[in-house]
Amino acid sequence: MRTSRLRHSHVELALHRLRSGEGRPLLLLHGLGERSPAAVPSEAAPWPGPVFALDFTGHGESSMPRGGGYTCEQLMGDADTALAALGPATVMGRGLGAYVALLLAGARPADVRGAILRDGLGLAGGGPAPLTPQVVFANPASHGAPDGHALAELARDVRPPDYATAFLRQAHELSGLDHPVVVCARERPDWLVAVLQELDTEPMTAEAAIALYAAVC
Amino acid sequence: MKPSLEIDRSDWTDEERAAAAFPGARRPDRRRFVETHGLRLAVSEWGDERAEPLLLAHGGFDFAGTYDGLAPRLADAGYRVLSWDQRGHGDSDHADLYSWDADVRDVLAVLDSVTQAPMAVIGHSKGGAILTHLIQAMPHRVRAFVNIDGIPTHRPPPDVADHDRTRLLARELSGWLDARRSAATRVRKPGTLPELAQRRQRMNPRLSLDWLRYLATIGGRKDADGWRWKIDPVLRPGGFGPHRATWDLRRFASLPVPLLGILATEPEPMGWGTDPAELEPYLPESAHLVSVEGAGHFVHIEQPDRVAGMILEFLGTAA
Repeated sequence: MRTSRLRHSHVELALHRLRSGEGRPLLLLHGLGERSPAAVPSEAAPWPGPVFALDFTGHGESSMPRGGGYTCEQLMGDADTALAALGPATVMGRGLGAYVALLLAGARPADVRGAILRDGLGLAGGGPAPLTPQVVFANPASHGAPDGHALAELARDVRPPDYATAFLRQAHELSGLDHPVVVCARERPDWLVAVLQELDTEPMTAEAAIALYAAVC
Repeated sequence: MKPSLEIDRSDWTDEERAAAAFPGARRPDRRRFVETHGLRLAVSEWGDERAEPLLLAHGGFDFAGTYDGLAPRLADAGYRVLSWDQRGHGDSDHADLYSWDADVRDVLAVLDSVTQAPMAVIGHSKGGAILTHLIQAMPHRVRAFVNIDGIPTHRPPPDVADHDRTRLLARELSGWLDARRSAATRVRKPGTLPELAQRRQRMNPRLSLDWLRYLATIGGRKDADGWRWKIDPVLRPGGFGPHRATWDLRRFASLPVPLLGILATEPEPMGWGTDPAELEPYLPESAHLVSVEGAGHFVHIEQPDRVAGMILEFLGTAA
């Protein structure tokens, strides 16, 4: 495994190459509080090209920001930084990483060649609308990755269904792919229900999703 | 190195020294840092340290020095007036990340540095919105709230077809991501003080160049190649996200403290275009809403005496 350090604004991100190879890369995005796997996960093994995994800000080997301030839009910027280094890629995200993969598929429709949304921690975020206002604190005893602020703040990140589908529509209109986004997740928060309603593919297994995008030029 | 909030004017020209004075404006009596989770926030104070404290929250892309007109007027009426530069703004640290939750946590750190007792709070624009959130989360920390042109409003989306809207959003998103890709190395363009003032006047067209030059001597820094605004170059106006003003508006009626809303009437680029008639049904019944004729979004800068008078009448004499 080789790790590159990428700069996203004030943060240094760790992008791990889990497997080298020719062709379009597969980029893995982990869930909330997780980190990149040390090796290619079995469901991604059939991917024909190289496999990379990104540690989000405040997770794994990426740098620890001072004073929190996490949003999923910022993490979309993390993933976009990886995309800038890799070129066009297929993105497979777990939980929080699945939501970020959807945002990125809509924001970079030419460069995300398929987004695979999987179960994982942080899939629901803070729900479809804000809860009672709160001052969000991290566990004062926590130190090191994952950042306590990330756990506290991203568990409240609001995900309105029509916000999620705005990104999906962009991916549909601008990616040129028949199926820019596929869902493998069994958990169904409101935003994902809305996404599924606008997809013309049924939920599928991760293996099937990998095969689908491996065949896309 | 010990952090300092002193301004080194040794290399300033006579014109630059002259620009650092403005009629009716007064720099804070004291400045200090509050540290929160490793981040330093620059706090400014006007008035007697033993007097009743009162907090001012500035708007987006501003800094505490934009209260150099209003704050001394409140301090002279007997208050200990506090303000702080929000993360990334003014003399506070440039943060690694920026978010609503972080700004609200930061303001609580400033309050904690002064008192646990309920305090009167005043916020302009984004500062008003941050305080609205704080009051809802921690009602026991606030005794009264003055919101200066920072009450959310319900603006209908522009009348564009769905596919056009998709393309508009796509442009906004790729523009935002492109800016983030280059953010690590971005520096602001240097200029002379008058140039900084002229650039700012595009967003603040109703404010005089003399005032904006004065602000540039505080919110700007002189380097070997010229003056630059201190604000983190990563911050850009606009932006996008899941947040909706209507969510805030619907909760407004539940605000548990006396509320004075001061609204601008003249439209301008940074203004929120709040319509008082539309707002009224969302406010607490006891709220006072005042529209200031002939004033824009920076009503407290355009008419500091009038706004200070309204605030003092509403809050009463300092305890």
